[in-house]
Amino acid sequence: MTKVTMTVNGKSRTADAEGRTLLVDWLREGLRLTGTHVGCDTSQCGACVVHVNGAPIKACTALAQELDGADVTTIEGMANADGSLGAVQQAFQDYHGLQCGFCTPGMVMSAAALLKDNPKPSEADVRHYLEGNICRCTGYHNIVKAVMAASGQEVAPVAAE
Amino acid sequence: MYNFELVKPSTLQDAVAALKSEDAQALGGGQTLLPTMKARLAMTEQLVALSGIDEIKGICTDDDGRICIGGATTHTAVAEGATGYPALASLAARIGDPAVRNRGTIGGSLANNDPSACYPAGALASNATIVTNAREIDADDFFRGMFETALDEGEIITEVKFPVPEKAAYEKFIQPASRFPLVAVFVAKFSDGVRVAVTGAASDGVFHWSEAEEALSSDFSEDAVKSLTAPDAVGMISDLHGDGTYRAHLVKVMTARAVKAAV
Ligand SMILES: Cc1cc2nc3c(=O)[nH]c(=O)nc-3n(C[C@H](O)[C@H](O)[C@H](O)COP(=O)(O)OP(=O)(O)OC[C@H]3O[C@@H](n4cnc5c(N)ncnc54)[C@H](O)[C@@H]3O)c2cc1C
Ligand code: FES
Ligand code: FES
Repeated sequence: MTKVTMTVNGKSRTADAEGRTLLVDWLREGLRLTGTHVGCDTSQCGACVVHVNGAPIKACTALAQELDGADVTTIEGMANADGSLGAVQQAFQDYHGLQCGFCTPGMVMSAAALLKDNPKPSEADVRHYLEGNICRCTGYHNIVKAVMAASGQEVAPVAAE
Repeated sequence: MYNFELVKPSTLQDAVAALKSEDAQALGGGQTLLPTMKARLAMTEQLVALSGIDEIKGICTDDDGRICIGGATTHTAVAEGATGYPALASLAARIGDPAVRNRGTIGGSLANNDPSACYPAGALASNATIVTNAREIDADDFFRGMFETALDEGEIITEVKFPVPEKAAYEKFIQPASRFPLVAVFVAKFSDGVRVAVTGAASDGVFHWSEAEEALSSDFSEDAVKSLTAPDAVGMISDLHGDGTYRAHLVKVMTARAVKAAV
């Protein structure tokens, strides 16, 4: 075991990690930040997406020890300072961008990463960017609407191609 | 995943030394190796992370005008930084999804030589040179069949040098579940001839489609491809996504599209 320290959602946090400890397990079990989900074993679903040093990565496919010293933002860091939902989260609620909610932490983190680079994406941009985030419930249309709304753009009443 | 020790060298020299120990393996972005280890299809006593070695990261242009990419450079960095070779930047921009591209590296992709991976096609079509801590290897000699390369045990890809063609394009027919290519073709037109590299199709991995190279070298047009017979379906991958005949057909279709996109 080695002590690993990262800045998580703005605070310095330390927990043990073995060589094999994945970032997602370090967050969930080491820090009890269980908002980040694990939806697969094959690095394909995107439920585990967090931001590391500003960029979205799959927390299930990165080693905690390798990221010692990194700056990490998880879904728990997306709320406003007063505890109310952040803009992307609120849009997911308003536009029914979730049903069971399992994929949502990864969706929100990916969407937030997109909006940071591309504040006014087209619908096609949103669909393309979220390619690595799989949702078994919503059929994606409402997720796309939520992201468009979060970017302050008009939302089509019927999701188009 | 079985446990292992993680070491994080900050110089190439230390990484090479660490990889000398028996049962040590390089870790690039981990986007292939970690899922494989999670499935217990691979195990190792020691992983040597290359991500902290700055000297094998980044993109530059050498005196011969080649685009040189450090072995530990991520797909995202190539997508954004290989502006001198737009077809290659576009290949990198279409690998997997954004999170995979933020971790996965060119060295890891080439060393792994997945029969459906994108970079092997880019490297072979561009006649790239793969530079390791020990030597330089021509792309033509590097790929040795499915998941096999000319790399020796513990050898690290430090840089890949890409001559920039006059015209080039990469056309990827995506397999949407894995986001790898079902079949993809990289076409590169140089002053002395055309190179066509195909990935996703053959069980032995990336290959030159020589008939197309010949035809396109004398007439660089979509019609030149359309007049060819598709390559032999024998030796093509057959799986639930498509049989060998379908893949062989796609080789021709994607080659024609790549030529159209490059013209
Ligand atoms: C969901 C998903 C979608 C993907 N889609 C695509 C796609 O569309 N196209 C595509 O081409 N790939 C795709 N990939 C694979 C991705 O590109 C990987 O990043 C890549 O194949 C391996 O690179 P890595 O840096 O992650 O290597 P790792 O997984 O760390 O390592 C892979 C192998 O290479 C060795 N290695 C790593 N770096 C070096 C080096 N510098 N020198 C020598 N050996 C080294 C390792 O020891 C290991 O054997 C996808 C992966 C995922 C999870
Ligand atoms: S848990 Fe599925 S990609 Fe990470
Ligand atoms: S809301 Fe259930 S998986 Fe997306």
